[in-house]
Amino acid sequence: MSAIPRTKLAVANPLTRPLIIAVAGNPNAGKTSLFNALTGMRQKVANYPGVTVERKVGLWTLAPELPPAQLIDLPGLYSLEATSLDEQIARDALLGRAREMPTPDAVIVVVDATNLVRNLYLASQLIETKQPVVIALTMFDIAERQKLSIDVAKLGAALGVPVVPVVAKQQRGTTRLAEAVLAVIAEAESRPDRRSERVREDTTTCAQSLINRYHWIEKVVAGSLNRPHEQAKASPTERIDRVLTHKFFGPAVLLLVMLLIFQAIFSWASLPMYIIERIFNVLSETVRLNLPPGVLADLLAGGVIPGVGGVLVFLPQIFLLFLFISMLEDSGYMARAVFLTDRVMRSLGLQGRALMPLLSSFACAVPGIMATRTIEDPKDRLTTILIAPFMSCSARLPVYTLMIATFFSEQKVLGQISLGVVILLSLYLLGITAAVVVAWILKHTILKASPSPFVMELPPYRLPSFTNVGHAILMRCGLFVKRAGTVILAISILLWALAAFPRSPNGQSTASATQNAQNNDEAAAQIRNSYAGRAGRMLEPLIAPLGFDWKIGIGLISSFAARETIISTLSIVYGVGADPSGRSTTLNDALRNARRPDGSPAWTPLVGISLMVFFVLACQCMSTLAVVRRETNSWRWPLFLVSYMLVLAYVGSMVTYQGGRLLGFS
Amino acid sequence: MTLDKIPRGRIARVTAVEGSAKVTFRLMEMGIVPGAPVRLVKSAPLGDPIQICVRDYHLALRRADAQEIIVTLQSE
Repeated sequence: MSAIPRTKLAVANPLTRPLIIAVAGNPNAGKTSLFNALTGMRQKVANYPGVTVERKVGLWTLAPELPPAQLIDLPGLYSLEATSLDEQIARDALLGRAREMPTPDAVIVVVDATNLVRNLYLASQLIETKQPVVIALTMFDIAERQKLSIDVAKLGAALGVPVVPVVAKQQRGTTRLAEAVLAVIAEAESRPDRRSERVREDTTTCAQSLINRYHWIEKVVAGSLNRPHEQAKASPTERIDRVLTHKFFGPAVLLLVMLLIFQAIFSWASLPMYIIERIFNVLSETVRLNLPPGVLADLLAGGVIPGVGGVLVFLPQIFLLFLFISMLEDSGYMARAVFLTDRVMRSLGLQGRALMPLLSSFACAVPGIMATRTIEDPKDRLTTILIAPFMSCSARLPVYTLMIATFFSEQKVLGQISLGVVILLSLYLLGITAAVVVAWILKHTILKASPSPFVMELPPYRLPSFTNVGHAILMRCGLFVKRAGTVILAISILLWALAAFPRSPNGQSTASATQNAQNNDEAAAQIRNSYAGRAGRMLEPLIAPLGFDWKIGIGLISSFAARETIISTLSIVYGVGADPSGRSTTLNDALRNARRPDGSPAWTPLVGISLMVFFVLACQCMSTLAVVRRETNSWRWPLFLVSYMLVLAYVGSMVTYQGGRLLGFS
Repeated sequence: MTLDKIPRGRIARVTAVEGSAKVTFRLMEMGIVPGAPVRLVKSAPLGDPIQICVRDYHLALRRADAQEIIVTLQSE
């Protein structure tokens, strides 16, 4: 949104220019539902300048004859004394201090009718700033059901601002809300001294004024709220909580929910992911067949199309993860999950909210890192982002499978258990252990935090709203494609160029493997002579201590775009047809039969284990780095992430290989 | 008596909120001010954090923070 000069705002007639209206309120007060009800599909998401907090802007038609107003959905806040980044942004926007954002013409304060006293705390602070304020009383239907009778007129008179009851789901009260907003703006414009009169200072921050404010609110509420006698029986929410946060059932239900989500991201997503992959493979082949061979065809078929496909392939997982997360958030269960796990997570130096991002990272770190937004404390959030890539994601599986199938198939330990399963489990455990250790180190060094209070509202359970969940998913998927997509695409093209240049002498090379044996030889020659191939050979002395030769070096280089590409690269280097499933018998045989110049086998079981350890510990994923760049808003953290994980992977792999040799393995 | 010590289900009134300014202020903004009635609803399975009911809504906080909230029990 571009900035509108302040002077112009003051002189223009308020009713002919588009108005700017902010929606503020406590978290869980029904702010998002009201915003969605007022704007419908006419909304978009932008970032606040310089920070990662998003702002949602929508169009709201207050009256048919007026241009639609810009409605700004601010992050939830409890008071103008901002503690978290979200709250600071909301406060600055409300007080007209935010950069590139004009002061709103009016503020709609969303107040939960079932929780008047605490919600009016923020409302009363905003009323004191002398901005045109209208209170939207949400959850009015629930208040009615709880037999709370609120004298809306009396409440408005005591507060000095209009109060409009609304039920967002049924669009009840939205017309009256529009009328009230127009009325307060017109009233404010008619006061000539309005702009200069506005209070722009911080509200006083001493404890006594806070207590006085609460006492004043209690008096106001006592005068306008008639509540039934203290009901003896527990609320529905408390009764549900008897099971969901029960000592034994609580963790059991949580485990089931987590399993369901994990299952969904892991297996439900695999079919749509496969379809997306196929579509892009077919597209690549079509381009290759229809364009004259050369750099352009190679760039499109080997760089651009796989690059775009490599981004879009994550969409099903992101879609499913955010479907579950927004349903859990909207229903109120997420807060319970945090309540249940906070103690365990804290012993790891994290907090309860880190559970969901870390678990989803077992499927894919990209949606997992995006899910860290629910962690309020910035240092806790950063720690979670920096350890999420240790969770063994689905892209590592093809590599593990290839190594296990090549070197450890058919072997059993302790009679019945397959050695492959034991190795696979150990790899997952290695990742988790690394995450715990690194989290501990980070929290005791560069991300050491002063103790911040853990105060979290446990909102009443509600049925998740289809509109809210739908909007949340659309927003996440759209942002992912748009922002991360551009970076990933650029890097894919770069990596393609490294493998495609300089052109091999016969000029007919293709960077991707085909079934044709002659083409395979050409492709192998091309990659050997390319920059990536040269880099692989230059790398050889460096990676020799890990047990890797230069061919594996090329694979490692290409795997930094995405882990599973090592399989297609190895296929090209060894001149066998690529099989996307990684179960290609020819590749298995090629690896087993590969020889070094001195005649010794290039691959041994120990090399296989060393490579798998490297893959557990290294952050070989451009998508992850792009998303970390986006979520932390700087290149510093993604660079730190890739470097420290690379060092760890190198050391881990070397210890494995050299240690294994000392113990007499080969 | 501090908030984390009150028997489950009993109602107590806040008399003071102590501790560091940052924590105190946050707790008071959320409605835990002197005079407010609070009720301990339950503890999480591992004993921490605890769930309290204050001003008709539920709040989770850690025991360490709850120890800074001084309360007096209401007579039954």
